[in-house]
Amino acid sequence: MTTTTLNHDEAHHHDMPTGWRRWLFSTNHKDIGTLYLLFALTMLFLGGASAMLIRLELFQPGIQLLDPDLYNNLVTNHALIMIFGAVMPAAAGLANWMIPMMIGAPDMALPRMNNLSFWILPAAATMLILSFVVPFFPGGGTQINTGWTLYPPLSVQVGMSMDFLIFAIHLLGISSVLASINIIVTLLNMRAPGMTLMTMPMFCWTWLVTAFLLILVVPVLAGGVTMLLFDRHFGTSFFDAAGGGDPVLFQHLFWFFGHPEVYILLLPSIGVLSHVIPAFSRKPLFGYKSMVGAMLTVATIGMVVWAHHQYTVGMSLGAVTYFMIGTILISIPVGLMIFNFIATMWRGAMTFETPMLFAVAIILMFTFGGLSGVMLAVVPADMQYHDSMFVVAHFHYVLMPGAVFGLFAGVFYWLPKWTGHMYDETLGKIFFWTNVIGFNITFFPQHFLGLAGMPRRIVDYNMMFTEFNVISSVGAIIFGLSHLLLLYIVIKTIRGGKKAESRAWEGAKGLEWELDSPPAFHTWTVAPQIK
Amino acid sequence: MNARTGENKNLRTTLLLSGLVVGMFGFGFALVPLYDLFCEVTGTQSLSQRKIDAADRQVVKQVDQNRWVTVKFDTTVNPNLPWDLQATTRSMRVHPGKTYEVNFVARNRSGDAATGQAIPSVAPWQATPYFSKLECFCFNKQTLAGNQQTDMPLRFMVSPELPADIQSLTLSYSFMRLKASKRDSDLSKLLPQIAMPSAAESALPNR
Repeated sequence: MTTTTLNHDEAHHHDMPTGWRRWLFSTNHKDIGTLYLLFALTMLFLGGASAMLIRLELFQPGIQLLDPDLYNNLVTNHALIMIFGAVMPAAAGLANWMIPMMIGAPDMALPRMNNLSFWILPAAATMLILSFVVPFFPGGGTQINTGWTLYPPLSVQVGMSMDFLIFAIHLLGISSVLASINIIVTLLNMRAPGMTLMTMPMFCWTWLVTAFLLILVVPVLAGGVTMLLFDRHFGTSFFDAAGGGDPVLFQHLFWFFGHPEVYILLLPSIGVLSHVIPAFSRKPLFGYKSMVGAMLTVATIGMVVWAHHQYTVGMSLGAVTYFMIGTILISIPVGLMIFNFIATMWRGAMTFETPMLFAVAIILMFTFGGLSGVMLAVVPADMQYHDSMFVVAHFHYVLMPGAVFGLFAGVFYWLPKWTGHMYDETLGKIFFWTNVIGFNITFFPQHFLGLAGMPRRIVDYNMMFTEFNVISSVGAIIFGLSHLLLLYIVIKTIRGGKKAESRAWEGAKGLEWELDSPPAFHTWTVAPQIK
Repeated sequence: MNARTGENKNLRTTLLLSGLVVGMFGFGFALVPLYDLFCEVTGTQSLSQRKIDAADRQVVKQVDQNRWVTVKFDTTVNPNLPWDLQATTRSMRVHPGKTYEVNFVARNRSGDAATGQAIPSVAPWQATPYFSKLECFCFNKQTLAGNQQTDMPLRFMVSPELPADIQSLTLSYSFMRLKASKRDSDLSKLLPQIAMPSAAESALPNR
């Protein structure tokens, strides 16, 4: 891919606002991307703190630190903050930074809406944190002890903190729907002349599919929690059996959103991998078209298999059989993606800088999480695993490598481009190893705990589970503290370091690497011509 | 591409996508009746409604004198109804194929009359089609005057076709208040289905 015009845009620096106005009124995709990433980093530490408290309580059997309601409140809070506060905004931050630079567009298609979709987030986060804090005040009602799934009837009985949470979910939903519309419009209409859908970078493809998934499922969740709100305050009976409603209906509405959400979290990271692995293997991505096809297949099947989260509610044999077969089918296109990554590495001239280390770890560990997912998809087996720590181990193996490690890989890969400085490679590698080893010590033993029968979302456990819980909690301390190193590396790289060239990595391909590092405030004001 | 047509194109795509968002929000609400309809047509969610024909066939079967099944009774009253409900006996040992009777005592704790509806369920659910209620207070709405106490009978039979691995089953009743509101008409729409075993069974000769 070559470009005929390289632009430098010195003339545009004068309209760069300064001070707080630069951030609050920003319509610049790079600044908004930075805001998204900083917001996600903050939320990562908040969600991490609640996870540390959970593991501290589970260090020993018995109730030492947290009463059962507070424990379950933390479990709820941890999940919602990590999913809606950390992973989704971080992926949106990468999209904001990279998509216009990758497709040769001057900015996102709807810059003011871009500003709105970010600045809703701090308000949403405030509501989310209030939903956790409110019960501690007099008259604050009971704690949210439902878990992030918010199943009625329990969620109808929780005090006013549930209302804060419902509005937080509305705001988060509006934010991600607006961001999705913006990304789709940008990708469909703003590509540089000569760049077709089937030649645009893979990260753009993954975000195009992700954004469509978000638009299709987030409004359904918004509808579901709105019904919950109505049941709580306006005397309707959508989910109240006493009034002719059905609590299981909420589970269907929730998981109609909740299962595609898994792919919403995963796909942007698959996009990052599709850039990192070719760059450090010094080979083009193997099977571009099959990647796109696999992704579309995953998204399509992923929309219609939601009830595999509800095997134990008493569906008919025909229904569970359908959901089981559908779920297992998804492993085929996902396996195809994994094979494409391995084929890209095959006989490549590989080097293992931090982004590549994360990429290789993802391929190993995400596959592992996928396999335990196939175990859970099998109905008779799931009857035993359901709601056990095995499920916790499974989805952390899918979401940590599948989503978060992918974001880490992306941050390390593009950090030189954003800041103009190379990060400290030694520190990056130390971060990788402490992070990955800590992660495995934390979550691997939870498979055994679950298989032995330890339920999840319970504050206390049987004495026989002590050893594995101790191991898991020790791992969690290593894992949790390692993120302080990430924070240090990022701050250090922003403040200085070895000057990054415009093509920071030898094997990196794509339009973004033809811009300076750091790029000018406005880039591609003259669209590059793709030949 | 000049700037004007670019803006128009963006606007059109944005409007299309916004329409999709609104449509999906509506779809979430459309799922409420669709879900009821789907369950009604396929019976996929409602275990108590399946295999009613098995319950019909059982009447011709002989009493199985060699087999004992334990039937336990469990009662719940929804917080919206100020009633107490208790079975006079907590559990019974019964022969499959034989008819038994048990009384439930309901008492209205409040001074106001109220109408309630009992919803039965059987655990394990696999036993549902083999448990037949020949006469049950759950077939009708029950109205209790203020502070009234009343006995409510249940006549039941466990089918001899009950799978051999089930030696014990629990019949659970949840009493819910029937209010005069719009959603109640939905509940009363559901009632004929809930009471369907009764319709089938009321035609039985041994009633």
